[in-house]
Order: sequence, then structure tokens, then C-alpha cells
Amino acid sequence: MLKVTNINVYYGAIHAVKDVTLEVNEGEIVTLIGANGAGKSTTLQTISGLLRSRSGNISFLDENIGVIAPHKIVERGLAQVPEGRRVFLRMTVRENLEMGAYTQKASGVAADLEHAYALFPRLKERQRQVAGTLSGGEQQMLAMGRAMMSRPKLLMLDEPSMGLAPILVEQIFDIITEMNREGVTILLVEQNAQMALSVANRAYVLETGGIVLHGDASELIGNEDVKRAYLGG
Amino acid sequence: MSFLSHLISGVSLGSIYAIIALGYTMVYGIAKMLNFAHGDVIMVGAYACFFIVSRYGMSPLLGVLLSVAVCTLLGILIERLAYKPLRAAPSLAVLITAIGISYLLQNSAQLLWTSNPKVFTSVVGAGSLKFAGGRLSISVTAIVTIVICAVIMLALTWFTGKTKMGKAMRACSEDKGAAQLMGINVNFTISMTFAIGSALAAIAGVLLCSAYPTLMPTTGSMPGIKAFTAAVFGGIGSIPGALLGGTLLGIIEIFGKAYISTQLSDAIVFAVLIIVLLVKPTGLLGTRIQEKV
Repeated sequence: MLKVTNINVYYGAIHAVKDVTLEVNEGEIVTLIGANGAGKSTTLQTISGLLRSRSGNISFLDENIGVIAPHKIVERGLAQVPEGRRVFLRMTVRENLEMGAYTQKASGVAADLEHAYALFPRLKERQRQVAGTLSGGEQQMLAMGRAMMSRPKLLMLDEPSMGLAPILVEQIFDIITEMNREGVTILLVEQNAQMALSVANRAYVLETGGIVLHGDASELIGNEDVKRAYLGG
Repeated sequence: MSFLSHLISGVSLGSIYAIIALGYTMVYGIAKMLNFAHGDVIMVGAYACFFIVSRYGMSPLLGVLLSVAVCTLLGILIERLAYKPLRAAPSLAVLITAIGISYLLQNSAQLLWTSNPKVFTSVVGAGSLKFAGGRLSISVTAIVTIVICAVIMLALTWFTGKTKMGKAMRACSEDKGAAQLMGINVNFTISMTFAIGSALAAIAGVLLCSAYPTLMPTTGSMPGIKAFTAAVFGGIGSIPGALLGGTLLGIIEIFGKAYISTQLSDAIVFAVLIIVLLVKPTGLLGTRIQEKV
């Protein structure tokens, strides 16, 4: 479904992503784990078109998306929940969700809103509230609900657990698996490797901009190097 | 009665500042840049209307509509040619470019239409209404200006609050990256904002010259600066702030002229701005939202 081949991304002179190759198949949950600054978010931003790769290729549903504008990539069915949630703080919960549906026909929005509210009942209670007044966990739910409004085929989530209490992290991961059961393919970037590996089918480990390991999540959970570096064991 | 009459002239002048300030504030909100050429777009709008009505003898309504069309195109063109290539450039480069465009417009106007002042014929008629047995007289221009400003404010509030495009503009003004991830075409949205701001500039130009009929290539620059002040005064980026800032500025200017000193009125206007910014750096209605981590 998504094939990233040998991409290289630079911030000025800094080589942030080095020859990264990864693949996500339809129906999977794939996770990209690694330490802070390993290049995880940069990889996601490049797939979304916000950053550009100097070489290599990104193909989504057999189309080269490395050359098309970010807003057109969303139209193709590839959405992202960005790091730090980045909800529109001055807009209401409902308006945020409507923005998520920007690429959709007006006729389907009402049903999609109901679907988002069903996934996140808290959002329905707070639909008229300005997003800036929500708690961190609620903002994360809003960011996820908003991304679902574009009816994505592939949803990329960047550190959805960041800064959340453990109980909320559990809840967020439950919803991610629920979205996956509904047919949305997931590419999950996480620092919380334990949680990520427990829900994912496959995983890639990113270190200083390059992929150092990949395999089935169940295998990586048992891998000694992964345990030592990322699982606190 | 003279107090009331000054107040109405103040609100009327302030309405013109408010309409211009909307252009500054909307463009600042979305493109995070100060479009110092905005004042000169007003001047172009006024010239367009002048030629259509006074030279070619067409109806004033047609003059206003065509002048709106001319300025809308001009605004889109300026953004496309001068500012879009600088989207990733430091803000100082964009600011200098904007000042450059301002001079380019002024000097082109001088070249095309000379620096001799033209006498602008009011598009709303010159009459005035008498109240309180003739002791209070209000010009039709003042009333029309205030009404148009109110209509524009209501229309913009509806547009940004209820339409898809308007909401997209607010989303872009908060976070362009996140807006792109929603599938919003940010470049197109910025272009639309310039179009709306410039269309309003044309209306402001026509109203300004209807009230103060001397039209020169520099006509737009002082009202432009004052409207910019009004936008900062009210809280730049805020649409109600532009209305409040513009109206207050107009009232302060007219009262300053009437009760303090004609020569000092501009100095008073800017002194008030400085005091407000010292006390509330975000302007009267400006806000800063804390981000949650």
C-alpha cells in the first residue's frame, strides 16, 4: 500500500533521514520506533509531503506521491495525526472535525461526524467548546477524530501517547486497534516502544536517521538489543 | 450638538480605517506578514473609480464594482509575484519587499496619472441630513460609510464563522502545516485572503475619496499607516479588533482635531497606540493561547 524506498531528507546541512526504506501493507499496523531525534517524525512529514526527500521514492497505492502537493496527498486517502496533536486551538471541537473533512463532499460529513463521536464520546460532549480549553488527552482524541474525518485508507500517527497519563495511553491504543479493525491501515510512530510493539504486526527501528532493524513486532519484543535500548530491560 | 457631530464624523472616518485595517489584519493573520503595500492598493482603487466615473461617465455603482475587481486582481497579482516566492524567507525580507511594492505602486501612479491632485466626485452624493431642527447635520457620505462598514463586518463574521473557505482561512492562520494535513490548499487560501483584503481596500478607497475628495498617488499612504495602527491597536489578526481599533482611532483623531489641536491630531493618534501597546502588547482584543504539552 505504502512503499518508501531509500529516501534522504536534510535540514540544511543536517542529514536527518538516511536511505530509509519501509513498507506498509493493507490492513496492517506497522510501527516505527526509535529514540528522540532518530528521524521518525521527519519520515512521516516527508510521506505527507510537508518535507521533501532529495532522492528515493514514495509510492502510495502505486502512485508516486513524492512529487504531489500535501493537500492532494490527503485526497488520495493518506492522513496524519501530527506530533503534538496540532489541533486548531481557537476553533471549536466541531469545527476542527469539519476541517478534517475538508476534502470530503458535504453530504457525507454528518455521518462521519457521528462516527467520530462514536469513537470518542468525549468529543460529542464538548463539540461547541474551543479546542484550546480541552485537556491533553482530549486534544489527542480530537486530533485522531479529525484525521478520521478524511476517511483515510492509511492513517499515520506521530507519538499519540506523548505526555498522556498511562490510563489514557491504554485508551488511545485501544482506539487505534479499533480503527484498524474498521479497515484503516496504520503507521504508528512511537517512543513508547512497549505499547507500540504490543499492538503492531510489524516494526521498524530507526536510529540516527537510518533503519537498523525490522521484523515482526512479536520477534522484536523478544530481541535483546531492542529490549536493552527501548524497553528498559 | 457639536460633540455628537464630531462623534459621527469620528465613527465615519474610523469605519474607513476599520475597512482598511481588515485587509491588514486578515493578511497578517494568515500570511504572518505586514503588507505595507495595502495602503497603495486603496489609492489604485480610488483612481480606478475616478477614471470610470469622471472620465468615462459610467454610473458610480459600476465604478465601485469595477474598482473592486481591479484591486482584487491587483492584490492576487502582488501576492503571486512578490510575496509567494518569499514564503520561506525571513520576515524582514518580506517586509522590505512590501515596502518596495508600496513605492512601486506610488511611483507607477505618478508616472501614469501625474502627481497633480484630481478632484474625486463622491459616489454617494454630497447632501446632508439635518436633525434637531437643523442644529445637527450629518453628511450622507458619513452615514453610507458607517452602514457599509457594518455590512462588511457582518458579512466577514458570517464568512469566517460559517463557510468552508472562511474556516479554512482560520485554520491556516493558526497552523499552516496542520491545515495542509487536512487537505487544505494553503497557497490558494492565502491568495483568497489577499483578494478579499484588496477588494475591501477598493471600497475603502472610494469611501475615503468620497469624504476627502483630493486624489493623489500618495493618497493611500497615510490612511494605510493609520489603519495599520488601528489593526495593531485592536489586536492584529483579530477581525473584531480591526473594527474596534479603527473606530476608536477615527474618534480619537477627530476629537483631537476638534478639541486639542489640528496639527497634533496625528501625534495624539500614535501616542495612544504607544500607550495601549505598553499596557497590553497584544492590542485591545488580541489574545495569546497557551499551548498544552
